[in-house]
Amino acid sequence: MIAALASDIPLQIILTGALVGAAASLLGTFLVLRGSSMLADAISHSIVFGIVIVWMLTGLTSGPLQVLGAAAAGLLTVILTEGLARTRLVKADAAIGLVFPALFAAGVLLINVYARDVHLDVHAVLLGEIAFVWLDTVTVGGHEIARALVTIGALAVINAAFVTLFYKELKIATFDPALATALGFAPGLLFYGLLALTSATAVASFDAVGAILFIAFVIVPPAAAILVTDRLWLILVIGVAIGAASSVLGYHLAVAWDVSIGGAMAMMTGVFFAAAFLFAPRYGLLAREIARRGERLDTDCRSLVAHLFNHEKGPAAEEENTTRALREHLRWDEARTERVLLRSLDIGFIAHEGKRLRLTPKGRAEAEAIFEPWRRGGRA
Amino acid sequence: MNPLALLGDYTIQTVAIGAALLGAVGGVLGTFAVLRRQSLLGDTLSHAALPGICLGYLWAGARQLESLLAGAFLTGALAAVTVLVIVGRSRLKTDAALGVVLSVFFAVGVVLLTRIQQTGGAGQAGLSSFLFGQAAAMLRGDVVVMGSLAGAALLLVTAFWKEFKLVTFDRDFAAAAGLPVAALDLALTVMIALAIVVGLQLVGVVLMTAMIVAPAVAARQWTHRLEATVLLAAGFGIVAGVSGAVTSAAAAGLATGPVIVLAISAIVLVSLLLAPGRGIVWTALAARAERRRLRGRQVLLTLYRLAKEHHDPAYPAEKGTLDAYHGTETAGVLGRLEAEGLVRPVSHPPEPTPHWKLTSKGRERAEDLASSGEERR
Repeated sequence: MIAALASDIPLQIILTGALVGAAASLLGTFLVLRGSSMLADAISHSIVFGIVIVWMLTGLTSGPLQVLGAAAAGLLTVILTEGLARTRLVKADAAIGLVFPALFAAGVLLINVYARDVHLDVHAVLLGEIAFVWLDTVTVGGHEIARALVTIGALAVINAAFVTLFYKELKIATFDPALATALGFAPGLLFYGLLALTSATAVASFDAVGAILFIAFVIVPPAAAILVTDRLWLILVIGVAIGAASSVLGYHLAVAWDVSIGGAMAMMTGVFFAAAFLFAPRYGLLAREIARRGERLDTDCRSLVAHLFNHEKGPAAEEENTTRALREHLRWDEARTERVLLRSLDIGFIAHEGKRLRLTPKGRAEAEAIFEPWRRGGRA
Repeated sequence: MNPLALLGDYTIQTVAIGAALLGAVGGVLGTFAVLRRQSLLGDTLSHAALPGICLGYLWAGARQLESLLAGAFLTGALAAVTVLVIVGRSRLKTDAALGVVLSVFFAVGVVLLTRIQQTGGAGQAGLSSFLFGQAAAMLRGDVVVMGSLAGAALLLVTAFWKEFKLVTFDRDFAAAAGLPVAALDLALTVMIALAIVVGLQLVGVVLMTAMIVAPAVAARQWTHRLEATVLLAAGFGIVAGVSGAVTSAAAAGLATGPVIVLAISAIVLVSLLLAPGRGIVWTALAARAERRRLRGRQVLLTLYRLAKEHHDPAYPAEKGTLDAYHGTETAGVLGRLEAEGLVRPVSHPPEPTPHWKLTSKGRERAEDLASSGEERR
């Protein structure tokens, strides 16, 4: 299997992207739910600073030390941001907007000055180049495998283990931090662990997709999944699936259009998001619109029943309880009147004799429930 | 090289004027953004400018600044509207909406950018300088474009000053007063996109957010008034912009955006530390002075009570007793009280240890303190 992988460069590229997507969206789910999406944005910018510092100290551009350095830079961002917000001189969102540009700018300038001709160039930092991951390989079981694939694979396993082991704790800490504290789960510590792993994943993904496109994989798949379902485990599963699917589709798109593979992969997450935003079963735009119309129709049916009930015994019943009266007195247009009548006939609220509309016993019960709700309890 | 000599250089002049425009417009509109808690919107809008720049290039077929900036403005505004739609029509929070729009728009920009690079054309190198800004690539004509955009933005702010101010500080009242709150909101948001567009060539899409947030945060530390904040933010923006751009242009090869961002970050740091009444150093000093005053009062009252207990107004209290009583070394406090003429060191033979007693002035002060304490009780 490894042999097949080693000889298949496109497969290595796709697999790297898919693992970035999976590893990132596992953690991103909790960040998005917690309302810390933009912290992920800040981290992915400022790890550049950590990467440059580790490179200057050790000359390494990848490996475990780089992962640790990036994790430290990510935590530094979070600590500085929270420290700034705690002085109350700066609001929390402005604090994020102050810290990461400064760290990122410092990182870029250091590359500018010291590393211009080395592997670390500014574009690679920002955009990554997943197409070249196979150039830098390590030997696994006698076969050459892309280093980025091995690193991100390890991180994906670690992230999955973290989420599985602390699933309950993360769940409570995300939805009810106060309860988590009361139960002794140390939600703050858990959150720092989450952010440290996010930074480490960012640096592992860095060769493949770069600092900024990584944000797409952290935020977009979970955000799309949240629109699809309420169940946390399902959000995680759907998020991972979207992340992985985006990589596969993005790769083929990029090959077809001859564009950046990382960019196309990140763009595909946006396509999935748009699809979820529009077509998600309960929270999608379309589903909400349909539900809204359904509610309006139901209300209209109840209005019709009430109208008929009010006039049923009155002297003007002949005139009021006709289709024409609905148009004139309830000010419904023809289409609306027709929809409501059909629906009410369907439900069995009304029956008609020629032009005259009558309440069925079911319709009368509905009207009585509207006008005299206290009776309903007695009857039931 | 002498900085003044640098300013005589034609290229440097161009860059400095552009940077000043950027600083001014970023500071002014950034103040509104920060006060309205929209700091991170600037981040999203500036990243979202990248696809617009590429589209502008594809539209004009060349690196023509007007069309690039028009494209950037359009996608920026589109991004702002998309954020509003996502927040309004789904259950995602603002931060998630910002993150989604930022990363997806940027990804589209990267795809377009690489598409343009593949199809070739000399304009390609010029486009990627929009990532981090490239002061050296600026022309005098570019300054005219930037100047008219900045001028338009500043003119709008001046014209609707009262309305913008009201909608920033008291939306409910603004709505009750009959102002079109939604339209003003949209105007302020779209104008942030305008400010970003002005800075793109110098700072780039990735770091432009700092020029929105940082000058405003720095200025806010020094004053409470909106007028002063806006002017000061513009001033800080201009200083950071000009110094950063000139440094970058002089030291060829340094990306301009990061240098400008570090300059404005330094201004923020100084403001946070030193601003009178608010700054970290200032409040720390004030807290220390307060602590000392409190400790002085406590020691004075202890001496007074000891004297009272012993029915001896000139009762000499041993320093060791005072230390033990307050659980800390009291030499410093006693020294300061002595300097104020409230206590006096005395010897109390046969004991060799230092003793202190109240002066008459000290007794009066202690009596005041004690009685005011009793009233409060």
